[in-house]
Amino acid sequence: MTTDINEITEKSKARSRLITHGFLVFFALIMLYPLVWLAVSSLKPSNIIFSDTSIIPRHFEWENYYRGWVGVAAPFRTFFQNSFVIASLAVVGNVLACSFVAYAFARLDFSFKRPLFAIMLMTIMLPVHASLIPQYILFNYFGWVNTILPIVMPKFLAVDAFFIFLMVQFIRGIPRELDEAAMIDGAGPIRIYFSIILPLLTPALVTTAVFSFIWTYEDFLTPLIYLTSIENYTVPQGLRLLQASRGANSWGPMLAMSLLSLVPLFVIFFVFQRKLIDGIATTGLKG
Amino acid sequence: MTQTKNLSKKQNGVAFLFLSPWIIGFLMLTLGPILGSMYLSFTDYDLFTAPEWTGFSNYERLLGGDARYLQSLKVTFGYVLFSVPLKLGFALFLALILNRGLKGLGFYRSVFYLPSLLGGSVAVAIMWRQIFSYDGFINQFLWSAFEIDAPSWITNPDYALGTLVLLAGWQFGAPMVIFLAGLKQIPQDMYDAASIDGARPVQQFFYVTIPLLTPIIFFNFVMQVIGSFQAFTPSYIISDGSGGPADSTLFYTLYLYEQAFTDFRMGYASAMAWVLVLIISAATAVSFLSAKHWVHYSDEN
Repeated sequence: MTTDINEITEKSKARSRLITHGFLVFFALIMLYPLVWLAVSSLKPSNIIFSDTSIIPRHFEWENYYRGWVGVAAPFRTFFQNSFVIASLAVVGNVLACSFVAYAFARLDFSFKRPLFAIMLMTIMLPVHASLIPQYILFNYFGWVNTILPIVMPKFLAVDAFFIFLMVQFIRGIPRELDEAAMIDGAGPIRIYFSIILPLLTPALVTTAVFSFIWTYEDFLTPLIYLTSIENYTVPQGLRLLQASRGANSWGPMLAMSLLSLVPLFVIFFVFQRKLIDGIATTGLKG
Repeated sequence: MTQTKNLSKKQNGVAFLFLSPWIIGFLMLTLGPILGSMYLSFTDYDLFTAPEWTGFSNYERLLGGDARYLQSLKVTFGYVLFSVPLKLGFALFLALILNRGLKGLGFYRSVFYLPSLLGGSVAVAIMWRQIFSYDGFINQFLWSAFEIDAPSWITNPDYALGTLVLLAGWQFGAPMVIFLAGLKQIPQDMYDAASIDGARPVQQFFYVTIPLLTPIIFFNFVMQVIGSFQAFTPSYIISDGSGGPADSTLFYTLYLYEQAFTDFRMGYASAMAWVLVLIISAATAVSFLSAKHWVHYSDEN
């Protein structure tokens, strides 16, 4: 009798699991369909992207990639180079500057520590628009408009404060005994930072690097404001250029370059997905 | 001996050396500019001639003299009002389904998270614009499946903002990941205790899961509200840089950008920036005040 009931509940459980999986797969397909559509459309001739609804292109129009890559006013290679240079420097800046500052907040004792820490936390919540315009005036005064400095230099000054917070939390989890042992061996704070904290901080540094790269690579507003000549444009600006200069048959190249611009993000996603998801789950970073 | 003494002593010199990047950055790129934009908001300034003091006239114009500004407020509040609940609704719903101990959790979580990672990019906004255009794939589908001749979503003022809300909803992955982490924190004993007391799954959901998840719901809500007020790229790309059609997607940030960097009304744009900061602060403050009534913190009984 009891086995019968168990069997029935087992069966209905299995069925409900199946329904749930069915729903999730269906939902996942809907979620991913726009990206599939983008990939497929980027391989269709421009004049039939909207009339030919087939999911598999009749023939592969690689021409779209070629024409997009050659570009309107500058080749896309230039935009990719610019984007990679800027995003890589942003990574270096954030990793170095934020880890310095986080080390001080997590391990050193200094005057006004509490108020400074509170101010640092407040800057995380502050909208960028609060400082956008005077920053522009300042960088314009320095003659830095149309260079990468206004985009990259702030990262070396630890302006992305949530990474400081992330690292402070991480350093607090590193046993203090390690510092003290090194101190007994005669190491000062600077050596402790380089020989103990920095190596153990690697997981948080990787999270910082990955998010810094993605956000800088995707950022549109800052380059839009500061990079004014086409040869300095980043990838998002290059896409915008294609969008703005479109003719009847430039859909194909525009979609092709859009997809290509997402490739670095796909690669990062596949390599670091655990890191990304843990980073969001533990700190609530925006995605 | 001297080393142990150092342990209890302040290490100001070396500490401020480590802090120096942030202190310089804070003074030069945050505090200075904030005070600067406060000053500029009381002036007319076009970047080429010296700022001219105009008192409260910029703020007066914001309060009534500028129809496009009021339109941008309307659009932005509409966007926040619809996109935040949509995003959080999807996020919570899928997190709850995924938390039921299914196989393949990691796979589903990654798939649902991917759009969040890509969503802020220009490429995705371009894609979205094509999908919702008159002959885009949404309309192809509506036509071939139901023979509905749907309008062009992007160029119709009644629907354009809706496409932006949907784009935000598509990116529910990041808050979903946070919800999932929160759900995992709820101890199994709570459910065991509830089921000993005779609580059925539905009751467990309303009396255990939701109350214990309210701090996470609150956190996600505040972060999404703050973020949504600052959305820029999707509105810029989907409206082709104009905030159109008929200013129906003119986000606050887009109008601010236009005033500051296309028309060089730096003073007026600074006033707009200050009002945006005030709006976001007020929204955050209201959220925190309301939290007392619905957010359950485990340490207060």
